[in-house]
Amino acid sequence: MSNLPQNSVGIVSPQSIHFNEGLALECGKTIVEYDITYETYGCLNEAADNAILICHALSGDHHAAGYHSENDKKPGWWDVCIGPGKPIDTNRFFVVSSSNLGHCSGSTGPSSLNAATGKAYGPDFPMVTVKDWVRVQKRLADSLGVRQWAAVAGGSLGAMQALQWSIDYPDMVRHAIVIASASKLSAQNIAFNAVARQAIMSDPDFHHGRYYDFNTVPASGLKVARMLGHITYLSDDAMGDKFGRELRTEKLNYSFGVEFEVESYLRYQGEAFAGRFDANTYLLMTKALDYFDPAEAEGGDLAKVLNKAKAKFFVASFTTDWRFSPERSREIVKALTDVNLDVSYLECESQHGHDAFLVEIEDYIAAFGAYMKNIEVSS
Amino acid sequence: MIVLRSDLEKISSWIKPGSRVLDLGCGDGTLLDFLQKERQVSGYGIEISTKQVICCLEKGVNIIQADIDAGLADFDENSFDYVIMTQALQALQRPDQTLKEMLRVGEQSIVTFPNFGLWRHRLQLGAGGKMPVSKALPAQWYETENIHLCTVDDFEAFCNQQDISVLQRDIVDYDHKADWLMRLWPNLFGELALYRIKNRR
Repeated sequence: MSNLPQNSVGIVSPQSIHFNEGLALECGKTIVEYDITYETYGCLNEAADNAILICHALSGDHHAAGYHSENDKKPGWWDVCIGPGKPIDTNRFFVVSSSNLGHCSGSTGPSSLNAATGKAYGPDFPMVTVKDWVRVQKRLADSLGVRQWAAVAGGSLGAMQALQWSIDYPDMVRHAIVIASASKLSAQNIAFNAVARQAIMSDPDFHHGRYYDFNTVPASGLKVARMLGHITYLSDDAMGDKFGRELRTEKLNYSFGVEFEVESYLRYQGEAFAGRFDANTYLLMTKALDYFDPAEAEGGDLAKVLNKAKAKFFVASFTTDWRFSPERSREIVKALTDVNLDVSYLECESQHGHDAFLVEIEDYIAAFGAYMKNIEVSS
Repeated sequence: MIVLRSDLEKISSWIKPGSRVLDLGCGDGTLLDFLQKERQVSGYGIEISTKQVICCLEKGVNIIQADIDAGLADFDENSFDYVIMTQALQALQRPDQTLKEMLRVGEQSIVTFPNFGLWRHRLQLGAGGKMPVSKALPAQWYETENIHLCTVDDFEAFCNQQDISVLQRDIVDYDHKADWLMRLWPNLFGELALYRIKNRR
């Protein structure tokens, strides 16, 4: 008997696909060949009309649901929403989740070997954008026999890919699920990313991004970057509830060591992240976030860009998310209603800040599930 | 056949097939669902309650969670054929401002509300000396959401003063029937009031 929860997709294993047809990227460079790692849950039906693409955010990857082994402590990053009977119901849908080009957990990225030099790409890995990722995902769809997605779904940076999909391949997306996201970053968002990058690049172990050659990693820089990020993903209230001014020890030490619980928590989060994530990938991901602005193609007119889309949209935001606040989601909703596209919008009450889209919040799950149930698929 | 609140059938009959509608305070989406199926309308519902939003999502109608009192600034002028608001006027912070917004965003608006001028209400307040409680206004004064009640005459005076023309009016009882008393003295015998209005310009 398995100890895994009943409504889990169970044990899953990643697969990999090699593409040797070059891809001309938005930055002007071409990547000659690359691997993409992905997982699938559920079964593609005969009509091939029940496929859902999951797009990951900054720190996610292809492992969106289920467990890699019986001993895994944690399931995939969006396990609260993907599985039998969950909003993205694997009894009905065939779910595809890939990690993006430039990632560090399988798909080709800066830490992969560059065949041309025999060394890791490092800083030579080309800058990738949301649009590039969508083109790679399109190639993956083609190779999996998916001609049209029942839905493309994601939160945060993942939702930006869903939005881009609806614009770039309007006939291939029936529904776009855009959660806790924005159509572009604000100056404040970019500023946070800039500080995160500076933390990494000013680490003495960074070696201009060639740290692999020195057998080291800029762990302290990446740790600080993650700590900063983490603060912006939580709300003031959530942090207050969780830690308040609780001390690690009985009384103040009047030292610069870890004194408050929140300090300890952030350090732990930073260290755990620095142990599993590649600093160059973090740099790339934050740049992809900064560059994302599909409306720019039409002089900043998002409605004009979305006029190409044919999908129906489900947009959701969370009240205490200040990284991608409800206002940013409402801008997307306004652009969609301006061009008469079908859209439903949930503004969910939550204490969890930006991270809410990963949390099992009753109303969020119920609303998301209700929307997904109305997506028609052949039996 | 879908069961509708008494005034929904009437509203449906007032709407041209294939129109674009915005339904303010759309509740569980029953009207929009009906209009989509029977009148092939497109458009959106707006609702503040999460519970109702979920009901709308279950029905598969477009629902936007928002507070009507915060305004309709996200919608351009004349972007809908009809802006509908059933039984919500009296619960708004500023019904006058919302009505103006409705008439800006829609070519026409359809509004329904309970008539506070009903003889039974007058009797309860006038003779009984207590705030009226009725089928249309079931809550006690301290817990009611209805903070801006008006009568048929109040509403028509407002329309007159704001240069709003009444295109269609229906004054009925809770079962959506009208008798000769309601036709003769709507402000005294009407229980529910339904109006189709537009800016005179």
